[in-house]
Amino acid sequence: MSSIEFRKELFANERPEGLNEIGRPTIRQDILGHVTGRSPFYDDHLFDGLLHMRCVRSPHHHARIRSIDFSEAARLDGVIRIVEPKDVPQNLNTLLSLINFGKEDEPLLTPSKVGYRGEPVLAVIADSERQARAAVDAVRIEWEVLPHVLDVEEALAPDAPVVNEVYPGNTFEYYDKYDHQKLRFGDVEQAFATADRIVEGRYRMSPIEQAPMETCGAIAVPETNDRIACYTSTQALFFSLGTTAKLLDMSSARLHFVGGTVGGGFGGKVDSIVEPMSVLGALLTGAPVKFMWDREEEMQVGAPRGAELWDIKDGLDSRGRIVARSFTGYFDSGAYTRLSSYAVVKATGHLPGPYSIPNVASNVYCVFTNRTPATAMRGFGITGVDFAIECQMDRCARAAGLNPIEFRILNAYRDGDMKAHRRKAKNTALIECCQVVADKSRWLIGSQSRSQSSLRGGGGERAEIPATAIDEVGRIGDRRRREVPTAPFAAGDRKQLPAGTQRGEETPAAPPQNPDMLGHLQSESTAAADPLPTTQSMPRLQPPADRQVDRQPARIPTRDPKAPASGTDAGQAPTRQPPTRRPPVRRTSVSRHISGFRRR
Amino acid sequence: MPRTPITLVLNGTERSLFVESGENLLDALRRGIGDLSPKYGCAQGTCGTCSVQVDGRLQLACITLAETLSGRSITTAGGLAEGNELHPLQRSFMENFAAQCGYCTPGMLMAAKSLLDRNPHPRRQEVVEAISGNLCRCTGYEPIIDAILKAAEVMRRRTR
Amino acid sequence: MALRRGRGFACVNYPIGMNLGGDPSQALVHATPDGKFMVTLSSIDLGQGMKSVTRQIAAETLGVPVSDVYVDTADSDTGPHCMGSFASRGTHRVGNAVIRAATEARTQLLEAAAEELEVDAADLEPDGEGGIQVRGAPQRSISVADAAIAAQFKQGRTLSGRGIFLVPPSEVDPETGEMSPVTCFAHAAMAVDVEVDDETGEVRVVEINSAYEVGRALNPKLVEQQLIGGAWMGLSHALYETTEPYYPEREHLPLDFNSYLMPGPGNIAPHNIAILERPAEDAPFGGKGPGEMCANPVLPAVANAVFDAVGVRCDELPITPEKILRGLRSANGS
Repeated sequence: MSSIEFRKELFANERPEGLNEIGRPTIRQDILGHVTGRSPFYDDHLFDGLLHMRCVRSPHHHARIRSIDFSEAARLDGVIRIVEPKDVPQNLNTLLSLINFGKEDEPLLTPSKVGYRGEPVLAVIADSERQARAAVDAVRIEWEVLPHVLDVEEALAPDAPVVNEVYPGNTFEYYDKYDHQKLRFGDVEQAFATADRIVEGRYRMSPIEQAPMETCGAIAVPETNDRIACYTSTQALFFSLGTTAKLLDMSSARLHFVGGTVGGGFGGKVDSIVEPMSVLGALLTGAPVKFMWDREEEMQVGAPRGAELWDIKDGLDSRGRIVARSFTGYFDSGAYTRLSSYAVVKATGHLPGPYSIPNVASNVYCVFTNRTPATAMRGFGITGVDFAIECQMDRCARAAGLNPIEFRILNAYRDGDMKAHRRKAKNTALIECCQVVADKSRWLIGSQSRSQSSLRGGGGERAEIPATAIDEVGRIGDRRRREVPTAPFAAGDRKQLPAGTQRGEETPAAPPQNPDMLGHLQSESTAAADPLPTTQSMPRLQPPADRQVDRQPARIPTRDPKAPASGTDAGQAPTRQPPTRRPPVRRTSVSRHISGFRRR
Repeated sequence: MPRTPITLVLNGTERSLFVESGENLLDALRRGIGDLSPKYGCAQGTCGTCSVQVDGRLQLACITLAETLSGRSITTAGGLAEGNELHPLQRSFMENFAAQCGYCTPGMLMAAKSLLDRNPHPRRQEVVEAISGNLCRCTGYEPIIDAILKAAEVMRRRTR
Repeated sequence: MALRRGRGFACVNYPIGMNLGGDPSQALVHATPDGKFMVTLSSIDLGQGMKSVTRQIAAETLGVPVSDVYVDTADSDTGPHCMGSFASRGTHRVGNAVIRAATEARTQLLEAAAEELEVDAADLEPDGEGGIQVRGAPQRSISVADAAIAAQFKQGRTLSGRGIFLVPPSEVDPETGEMSPVTCFAHAAMAVDVEVDDETGEVRVVEINSAYEVGRALNPKLVEQQLIGGAWMGLSHALYETTEPYYPEREHLPLDFNSYLMPGPGNIAPHNIAILERPAEDAPFGGKGPGEMCANPVLPAVANAVFDAVGVRCDELPITPEKILRGLRSANGS
């Protein structure tokens, strides 16, 4: 039915051959375990006296707990322990605290006010799963139901219910300054005013469940020497370990996490909830405890890919080149941050898609609503906006009267082009992909489009950073004060950044720490030894004879005293040629749970 | 909790165990006997990861009452191989890259075996129907369908 | 009432690795007494093939057959830190860490062999089949096993290596969004042909033609697995999946696979894939992770194909029969 071919003739001279194991269709290392049913998934570890933990969850989108009565539940057969919020030593966390991004905003078990349906407020540990379920049903909670908001635009209204008190404006707060993430490149408003044609679209993405066949779960087991072993389905072993150590205020050396064989993840197994829950259970009972989501919980409590809403406006010139593109984007984070704040930044770095557009602007919001908290899923931060961009491209192509593939090739980014996040494109291949698909699908494109290449036609004028209109619209708290902008990219105190303004430079990988680690087959980190970003994208694959062992050690971070301070100074001189060296790592804060660097 | 003693034949070996009233076959196999090859996917009878054969018929272990199975014969993916000799379906799944995370694989193998047991000459559409109760989130199904068709061919050659 | 054909196009790029860096991965490699190699990680195999691709990378780097290498993961007591399996970072970050660790082990292996053969280590190369020979003089050789035994039982030398790969963390300019998101991008383009029943609103995907640029296909079958399976998931997102089918009403939420819909084995379409390889300079043997990108072009390509077929813009996912029928009705003014 399906077919696969390798177009080896494309980029052939960039691809040294002569490799031995790389490129072979070797069968999977884990496949024998899979076909015999012996692969050790987390739940395939058996323990005598295993206890089962289940959560009591909110039936409301937004409600305050008036009272909880678990006396009947505690008396039921087989119930070992009721776990309350006060049993969690450090009951407030945000996932990205491990890289010091964002404020602590989510409890493991919620003590007073819930922000989404399914939020856990209590847990029960019992001899069997059935007994745990019975005990959960026997807990009586009196709720005070609060007004809720389930839509990003409604959540941004000045009088919207406050979803999460940590963020009273219902948005994540960027750089202690704005209620959204900005991107400014050129001047979209000016370009729209002179464009031949304006095309606008609004796109929505529904929440999607990762739906791995194995649901999220973990088994925690007291080990000898006062340690806890945790068998887990996590996608990120030390991330979950660090989160557990933090929430339970225990030394990470007391935790022994085992995983690595996981029944699908797709982003849904990063959130690190089942691990601290099961370890807490084992600490409280001294027995092995399993905490797993059943399929219902996986579908409605486990965080999905969140809903997204994107408004795109394009200005086209008479030849069909896009001259300006603006975005307003909303990531529905649900009641807590989890990872959505970071998805916004990643999406912003992705705009305006794989095209060279001289004027780009975006405002992207991470909005809190009373929906299920969102998290990572395959294509994190990108899938939703790619849907929006590529539907918009179809609209634009039709508006310009161009074949949709030719329209993409006309606007495609190429090696050497300046991207909207102020770094040069390299190693691009969009045009070739378009041409190959045109061939395969027998979708005719003209000889002009057929002759284009990612290697040619980029750079030059297209490498310039334009003069850029900036503004300070959307400061934290403006919306609650009803100071809402009407035209997000034009209003407010408009300032102009001179052409060529570039504050940082490309961040290449850190080089190998000693010469013995430097590859003989490739020097993967040659870029790191090169202080300036290169304009050429020639690959630096070295033949074995050219083995370089005299490579310099890691570049020592130096702070250039003349480097501009962070923050905006509209009057500052352009800093092109060469771009100012920024200290590669600004170590303002390091998490004690996992090494990390402050991002804000 | 009342417990019932049952004796069943698992992959050709007689096994006796106590099961709780209402306990499903999946828990009995995994926790009671220690055959971990059938997997928990939903416990709702909708995903097929716990597929086993009961007296040669394909059944979902998560919605089969364990206490009704005394004297019955159960086959699981853990019993497909004979010693170190893999079943042709297992070999075909291996060689044809029909598994990624591997979590649906044991159930998928049992669904495929049930098809080939009754129909050694399946058409593609019959394979599709035979595995339509088994969900896979990784592979897009096509490699699985191909692997089953290739295994059927191998098995036909063998019996010829 | 008719079946109406349409085709849609989309193309994308995809950033490889965690945005803004700061997401290290580490690897350890050590030899057994007789010269087999263990790679120890804490990275997660979710089915994408982490264990398999790092095994091939280690074998290639060490210059030994893949059967002489085993990847052990994930145990926090033995495996060094890895940020995790997400953001298409596994192949790029972990692969590079494994290259560095394996390179260090290889350097020691060649030194040990050099001592036994009484030649300069720089003149030696592994033959990829379990031997080490003098470059250009293959008759002067020693087996990896003998070199390993000599190293560990005679010379007192470990054949082990450590590797870390890190793109250092960087910051975002709050005013312009200036940033260094990632160091490389994968690419894809796709044409989807559909057939839309304008009476029922049902969409059938007839054929997919795609091109994926993956840097280098480190294992072509693993890449194929990702692309076929990922495109299936993209199709599922485009046409079926939502946790809130009646949003903004949050009632009747799917709680099982009878109500959370996905295409079954009978709904798959022929997918003709072309793989392009333009190696990224800082990727292991040039390979970029295809695992997330593969689903992305499908969603807009299907939406654009539906528009081409029946003139209805479905700008809200998923594209359900109901939305198509409502679109057709409003276009007809009824």
